[in-house]
Amino acid sequence: MNLPFRPNAITRRRRRELLVGAVLLALLGLLPLPIGNVYLRGLIVLTLLYAGLSQGWNVLGGYCGQISLGHALYFGIGAYASTILFTRFGIPPTLGMFAGGVLAALAALLLGWPCFRLSGHYYAIATLVIGLMAELLVQNWGFVNAAMGVTIPFHTRSWVNLEFRVGVLPFHYVMLAYTAIAWIIAWLVEGSRWGFYWRAVKDDGTAAQSLAVRVFPSKMAAASISGAITGVGGALYAQYIGFIDPDSTLGLSLSVLIALPAVVGGVGTLWGPLIGAAVLIPLQQLSAAWLGGAGGGVDLMIYGALIVALALARPQGLVSLFGVRSRSGGEVADDV
Amino acid sequence: MSAALIAQVAIGGLLMGLVYALVAAGLSLIFGLMDVVNFAHGELLMLAMYATFVIHENSGLDPLLQLPLVAVILFALGVAIYRGLISRALDVRFNTGMVQIFVTFGLSIFLVGAAQLTFGSDFRSINDGFLSNRTASIGSVVLPLSQLAAGLVCLIAFAALVLMSRTEFGRALEATREDRDAVALIGIDRQRVFSIGWGIGAATVGIAGVMLANFYYISPTVGSNFALIAYVTVALGGFGSLLGALVAGLVVGLAEALTALVIDPSLKQIGIFAIYVLVLMVRPRGLFGRL
Repeated sequence: MNLPFRPNAITRRRRRELLVGAVLLALLGLLPLPIGNVYLRGLIVLTLLYAGLSQGWNVLGGYCGQISLGHALYFGIGAYASTILFTRFGIPPTLGMFAGGVLAALAALLLGWPCFRLSGHYYAIATLVIGLMAELLVQNWGFVNAAMGVTIPFHTRSWVNLEFRVGVLPFHYVMLAYTAIAWIIAWLVEGSRWGFYWRAVKDDGTAAQSLAVRVFPSKMAAASISGAITGVGGALYAQYIGFIDPDSTLGLSLSVLIALPAVVGGVGTLWGPLIGAAVLIPLQQLSAAWLGGAGGGVDLMIYGALIVALALARPQGLVSLFGVRSRSGGEVADDV
Repeated sequence: MSAALIAQVAIGGLLMGLVYALVAAGLSLIFGLMDVVNFAHGELLMLAMYATFVIHENSGLDPLLQLPLVAVILFALGVAIYRGLISRALDVRFNTGMVQIFVTFGLSIFLVGAAQLTFGSDFRSINDGFLSNRTASIGSVVLPLSQLAAGLVCLIAFAALVLMSRTEFGRALEATREDRDAVALIGIDRQRVFSIGWGIGAATVGIAGVMLANFYYISPTVGSNFALIAYVTVALGGFGSLLGALVAGLVVGLAEALTALVIDPSLKQIGIFAIYVLVLMVRPRGLFGRL
């Protein structure tokens, strides 16, 4: 049945997106096989992780237009929940990551209550401050080993515990599954009633409200989905790295790194986070590895300059290079 | 806990609060003028502190005497940032709000990297300035002269900022804030007002930076801490309100000092954040914010 707001053209495009997604998934599944270099494989794993994380950020920041600078909080909640459940209570991370996701979603709802009354920069700053507050608290929280962090001891190779000695190849498929699921969630919500509500809220909250869009519940829905995806990503990261501390799982730089792939690739687009992560994460990691050495600073300069240059040169995102249109609002993103 | 100790801590907190207020005023000025949050604000402070350090090392000029010099340097830097980056970000046709955030964020990362490259990650400090290692006592309260001077200078700079808002240029600022397109009709050059606004915003941070360099360590990442406090201060006082920045700065300084005394020094920022969250829930536009 074709509803009036969902004409055939959109349905056709959404089917094509699924097809492209399936082909991409198959290609990414084969990608690590010819690559022997462990460092390079690790780089791909990280890129996949950030693609998924940023897809989660994009649900709230992109589709719904609420720019969060505190997503590391949800990442940290997922990472700490799964790790503490595993190291203290022996609950395997395959279950723990869902606990982390649920807790992160709850935190997103709890914070959404005061924060969604703020708009624009006020919201961005509130998320930033709350994120840093959480980092500060965890740094002083003895139960989770404060600023020292938690090391996840290696027991034995196990899919249930997501522990692998050589590590990288199984993790490639774990992260690929994560990114694929994040993508599918984004694809689903993009076409759902919520997706239309979010784009309306992003374009003009007042106008949306006058058309009977319930703005606050829409934002809360976006926040909980976004928080859950980010929390699960945090849990997977903890298992992949085997060590978490407040700085690496709750810091502001992580919040920025979660948002950036979507921003660079194309805010509020399905492919933006993937393209952004594919460009940004290898560049950031490689420049840090080559130029970052003791007190270098050159890597940060390149990273910062890159962000500035991409934001100014391609405000609509790299995705526009492929002629993809942003689905928010009436503006077409593939000219200029 | 004696009354003298509490008075000592409270006055120290209020003096620091004046520094926070001046840093926040620069941020608030820029935000009020053009709706841009400068996420590189802390890095401007960091650059001002390094500038003070370098000039002091090379010429022996006392930080106090450098005040006008560093303020002018920062003014020029602010204008350059506006001309080079911000004016472009304002012209962008897509995702304007997001572009502004990430352009200044990128700039802050770039500046931290540049400072690391130039000065290394070591902590620096100025120990042989005129104000170093001197104290002043008021009754039983003993204060480092450097902090007392920092509070006073920041208060004077703040007063200058308020006086400026009463001048012809201040009215041009206000008019441009009200309607940036209409002002062209009465002969106000918007670009010029915006660049000078950025210059003044950066210069106020420059003054705070010089005074801080007298008693605070200097490192590439020193700015992030002050920037964070500045965001809280501005959100607490209300975006765009000078009076709000002053009151909120004092509240934040006092809250920080008392939390450190009563609870734990490593948790001193929790007191600030708690007040912020409280204000967020009760009065989202801040104490003196206009709707």
